[in-house]
Amino acid sequence: MSTVLERAREVAAAVPDPELPMLTLADLGVLADVEETDGRVTAWLTPTYSGCPAVAEMAADVARRLRAAGFAEVEVRLRIDPPWSSDRISAEGRRKLAEAGIAPPAPGGAPGGLLRLGPTRRAVACPQCGSEDTEELSRFGSTACKSLWRCRSCREPFDRIKEI
Amino acid sequence: MSDDHVYLSLAEAGPGPDGEARWAYGTGFADPLLGVDAAPPVGIDPADLAAYCLMLGDDALVLSQRLIQWITRAPELEEEVALANLGLDLLGQARRLLTRAGQLDGSGRGEDELAYWREESAYRNVRLVELENGDFAQCVVRLLLFATAREELYRRLVGHADPVLSAVAALGVKELAYHREYAAAWTVRLGDGTEESHRRMRAALDALWPWLEELFTPHEVELRLGVDPSPLRAPVLAALEGVLAEATLPVPEVVGRAYVNGRGGRHGVHTEAMGPLLAELQVVARAHPGATW
Repeated sequence: MSTVLERAREVAAAVPDPELPMLTLADLGVLADVEETDGRVTAWLTPTYSGCPAVAEMAADVARRLRAAGFAEVEVRLRIDPPWSSDRISAEGRRKLAEAGIAPPAPGGAPGGLLRLGPTRRAVACPQCGSEDTEELSRFGSTACKSLWRCRSCREPFDRIKEI
Repeated sequence: MSDDHVYLSLAEAGPGPDGEARWAYGTGFADPLLGVDAAPPVGIDPADLAAYCLMLGDDALVLSQRLIQWITRAPELEEEVALANLGLDLLGQARRLLTRAGQLDGSGRGEDELAYWREESAYRNVRLVELENGDFAQCVVRLLLFATAREELYRRLVGHADPVLSAVAALGVKELAYHREYAAAWTVRLGDGTEESHRRMRAALDALWPWLEELFTPHEVELRLGVDPSPLRAPVLAALEGVLAEATLPVPEVVGRAYVNGRGGRHGVHTEAMGPLLAELQVVARAHPGATW
């Protein structure tokens, strides 16, 4: 086991997500892999949604931090298969999301089935007060990966990471 | 790390020919297939595969453009945000598909060149996605028709021999499920709503249903590639009929829109709505060729 590789992994894993800065790319499951051959480091990223506008920022940030940590030859590549899923968010990532007032996604990825009408009842706990008396206001929120909710108990609105 | 800012990274990563950092149209570094293996799959004609990626990519790009036109015009802020999100998903799919088409067709064209510099007759989208937006009922109905059909298609393309096409489909099928559910929920709400909303939904269905058939009509490229879309017809119609029944809306009894001399959107023959759409899509890139900022 190369300690150089371990160090490269550590640096890449600590890069924050540009849109959810309380999470690292590793927490979010966007950092797919880090490889190292003769000092040359390749970091593989799996973007969340097809239209995620932050991919350039993520790639640039990973490359810059690796170079700043002393790795001279750095390459960032995308791995789009298998696709990202909300199941890739780590337990640590889920904890940090909840702490920041963003409800984490339920495990199990996107709900299946060809025909599903109306809002699906999922017990979503309010990240502010913990009440499960919450409702979905809109399935589409401030970024592609979030939906918009409101708590009926404490009356606070909150974001929630969607299952995909 | 408080002095770290992502734009510093961008500045470092994205110098243009003039040395200036850029992060919008013309950036050059935001290749949506950055570092993905570009080799064509063995045993498939790359020209046919490129043409097919262009068809699906153009569908997504043109519908994305129509959805973006709802910004500042949607009935409620939440719907505006939703439509923008749907458009962004489709734009992301389009970027990967257009980039893939440019890799495969040997022309060396990137996504920007394909989007901004092709003429109307070189666009391969179905005509359904280019039609004028109309009212919100038409927006909902078009989304319902397109998303139901595209989700069904993507489901079958997962595992395709081309790794990019397979990957676009694998992520796209999950994104399109959200699009279809959004449209289905509004279809039920408006169809089973007021007299006025019901009337508008029926009018929208009558106007758009005739364009659905083109999504099931095989092009010779699709037949050669073994991706004939005609088997999609039965499951898509069954799903649509289920939503319409829930929405108390009758299935329109209208005939499909015919091709013009045997040719339609997949052959580059479009409706009169396409020209103005492309003019808006392409005007900045064409007014300032090669511009960077």
